[in-house]
Amino acid sequence: MWRYFLPIAFFVLLVGFFLRGLSLDPSEIPSPLLGKPAPAFELPSLDDPASTVGTDTMKGKVALLNVWGTWCGGCRQEHDTLMAIAATGEVPIYGLNWKDDPAAAREMLRQMGNPYVASGIDADGRVAIDWGVYGAPETFLLAADGTVIYKYIGPLNFGIWQQEILPLALQAKEQQP
Amino acid sequence: MIRNLAARVFATLAIAGFFASGVVFAIDSSEEFEDPKMQARYEKLTAELRCLVCQNQTIADSNAGLAVDLRRETRQMLLDGKTDDEIRTFMVERYGNFVLYRPPVDSNTLLLWGAPAILLLGGAIAAAVVIRRRTGMKFDDEEGDELSHEESNA
Repeated sequence: MWRYFLPIAFFVLLVGFFLRGLSLDPSEIPSPLLGKPAPAFELPSLDDPASTVGTDTMKGKVALLNVWGTWCGGCRQEHDTLMAIAATGEVPIYGLNWKDDPAAAREMLRQMGNPYVASGIDADGRVAIDWGVYGAPETFLLAADGTVIYKYIGPLNFGIWQQEILPLALQAKEQQP
Repeated sequence: MIRNLAARVFATLAIAGFFASGVVFAIDSSEEFEDPKMQARYEKLTAELRCLVCQNQTIADSNAGLAVDLRRETRQMLLDGKTDDEIRTFMVERYGNFVLYRPPVDSNTLLLWGAPAILLLGGAIAAAVVIRRRTGMKFDDEEGDELSHEESNA
């Protein structure tokens, strides 16, 4: 009896593990920042390098921080979604222009439209390291008090915005003092 | 047959030699530290930290942009006099325990750390059961015959 039952039980267990493993995306690593205060930064603004963008600029409102670069294919892919989110007017979108050429970045926004209230120039990637960024595009949802509520890794689409991010954003807005 | 064997041994040694000389082909082209102790710490740390873009490589092994940045960050922290633990904590605060190739034991990694012991125990139990069963077998059994044949030869 055991002779037959054990191998079958073992096989079923293994199949269970494989099914679970196949449905996970190994490139999605949970951020240790969730629920914690956003790492402070202050960077020159892409539109006007004389002014700065940073955690102080974003404080006081529920906002999105989107990590992007002209070299990043997924960022171009999600650009239309960002434009659509910006058009809803629900949350301001800030950009972190990661290890990019500012001239090329400005040109891309001129051609494809600019969904960002402002973008900070993170030329050497130091701020990205503080935020635990490892692959653009990445998008963070921040509460008004500067807490990181949510992180999405990979190109956004409007469905993810509506189903996952918007409800959290609305909830955060309600809790806003 | 013997020539064939010699050729195989030679090929194996050649391949082993190639990998053993890996230092020559090191990815990390940055300058060495003046202090050899610090260089050793740098090499140990970068070999323990995972490159998150290319997940099966350490940041010492990879030339991905992020790996280069994290090596630079590690180097700077060493020069600033940070301890190894402080540098590891810095990485974990940003990228989570996933960045460590040797994650700490907690509820998430208990199975990972316990697996060798569990497998060893399972193997030992299976071995014990099989050995006990075989010990009880009679000598007219095929395997029993072979064993006694060997024994009489010895």
